[in-house]
Amino acid sequence: MALLSVKGLGISFGGLRAVDKFNINIEKGQLYGLIGPNGAGKTTVFNMLTGVYKPTDGTIMLDGKDITGKTNIEINREGIARTFQNIRLFKEQTVLDNVKIGLHNRYKYSTLDGILRTPKYHRVEKEMDEKAIELLKVFDLDNEANVLSSNLPYGKQRKLEIARALATDPVLLLLDEPAAGMNPKETEELMETIRFVRDNFDMTVLLIEHDMKLVSGICEELTVLNFGEVLAAGKTTDVLNNPEVIKAYIGE
Amino acid sequence: MFKKNLKKNNVFVTYAIVVVAYIVVEALLLTGNMSSLMQGLLVPLCTYSLCAVGLNLCVGYLGELSLGHAGFMCIGAFSSAFFSVVMQDAITNSIVRFIIALIIGTAFAALFGFLIAIPVLRLNGDYLAIVTLAFGEIIKNVVNVLYIGYDSTGWHISISSQQALGLAEDGTMVINGAQGITGTPHDSSFTIGVILIIIALIIVHNLTNSRTGRAVMSIRDNQIAAESVGINVKKYKLLAFTISAAIAGSAGVLYAHNLSTLTALPKNFGYNMSIMILVFVVLGGIGNFRGSVIAACILTLLPELLRGLSDYRMLIYAIVLIAMMLFNWAPAAIVWRQKLKAKFKKTGEEA
Repeated sequence: MALLSVKGLGISFGGLRAVDKFNINIEKGQLYGLIGPNGAGKTTVFNMLTGVYKPTDGTIMLDGKDITGKTNIEINREGIARTFQNIRLFKEQTVLDNVKIGLHNRYKYSTLDGILRTPKYHRVEKEMDEKAIELLKVFDLDNEANVLSSNLPYGKQRKLEIARALATDPVLLLLDEPAAGMNPKETEELMETIRFVRDNFDMTVLLIEHDMKLVSGICEELTVLNFGEVLAAGKTTDVLNNPEVIKAYIGE
Repeated sequence: MFKKNLKKNNVFVTYAIVVVAYIVVEALLLTGNMSSLMQGLLVPLCTYSLCAVGLNLCVGYLGELSLGHAGFMCIGAFSSAFFSVVMQDAITNSIVRFIIALIIGTAFAALFGFLIAIPVLRLNGDYLAIVTLAFGEIIKNVVNVLYIGYDSTGWHISISSQQALGLAEDGTMVINGAQGITGTPHDSSFTIGVILIIIALIIVHNLTNSRTGRAVMSIRDNQIAAESVGINVKKYKLLAFTISAAIAGSAGVLYAHNLSTLTALPKNFGYNMSIMILVFVVLGGIGNFRGSVIAACILTLLPELLRGLSDYRMLIYAIVLIAMMLFNWAPAAIVWRQKLKAKFKKTGEEA
């Protein structure tokens, strides 16, 4: 059974049908790409999958469980984590604290424990620190743990966002244009990181991307969205050679 | 881990400043070097500092501007004064009485903070500020028409007039409308005020450096991202606002037990006061608790110190306010201060 199975997903904003009859099936452990020209509705799909928007129709099944219409907080707890196209870090907090906020629901102590600095506070904080540093190491950010996150270079901010998303212990990771604004070398590194995450965290990844080098380099399957509807889906090489897709991207 | 240690040191510097200030004031008092006017200002100083710390939690960490904190002070003041007046004869130990009054005042302020936060936190930014302003005024005005008294038949409550209460001959008025509460025992002192400030500082510091504090700050920094990592935004907003209101309430308790007559005037619990406290917070630095305490002290003392200038007093006050703001926050001033700091460090190393 597919990990994520979406059927007939659609949303209207007033009279505008932004996404219509969207279907996708992602198997566990897959690296899946969602591509399409600007304004095709890719981010809208992400926003529906993560509960930011409530879909007008269709169903979203995660690991056999219907999560359609749940709030974004609930969906994160069900196991979907995401990054954003325009980076949304907690800018006035350190890199370490950004990841620790991601760990919020996994390591718990009460507010009173925090105010009174009970032994539980010290123990759990230590565990959180260790776990957070461990995650930062994966992204080669552990040396910058105490840097204010807004002071990181752009490429590292993107990585930190992924680290923060992974901290919530998801089963499915959604990356919204992870390579946007990166230079070729950074993109290369990012591809390595995404592969590493998939292999070592036992993760399934769905990503939106415009960088065709990255898409063809790491995605196993693709779905192409155009004007809110699925244009093509299947194996990466097949989809990228599909004349319809080429037409949508480059024109006739 | 370097920065963490730095943070920790900073906190102890704050506690140390408060303690040193306390010792200096006590020494001045013992040697008789303090005018009675200044002595009268000591408890209000603590009150405003405490309230500024509470408001800073809301403005600096929750990131929401509240203009109603004088209202929470008012609730803390009246609920605790009410208790103290009624129990004056039953509990003779002033410390015990004050502690219970403190708990009651803080709890009531927290309760109202919580109830008001439920509708208010649906808004944000300017809208939230204006609605809190309105709630603050409502609280003050309701307290102004509140008549509560008791006699042999029990408690009487009215919101129209003293006559409507229908008290028997042997009855006692506790809250007498606009005339407020009279005969509150004089239970608070400068020492108690300083202890409360230190407790409040410890609470806010520990809170902001814990899991809860991080969650609150994540909402301030980016609500959508906070939701995306599963932070319960509503819960943490409510929590922070309630704690902030509770601290303002404890400031009200301190205030009430320093006066024998407690009335809810625009001057002490109106929006002027709310804005005054906000000035302390902004001037001392948003998110900087030490700054709040220092700004509250300086700006409360200043009008008294400038009393000799009579008519020009408020003019000078305003100029000092502007100068302090520029010194603290103008980018050029910040650069200049950093240079100065570096210079000091250099000469220190050479010596």
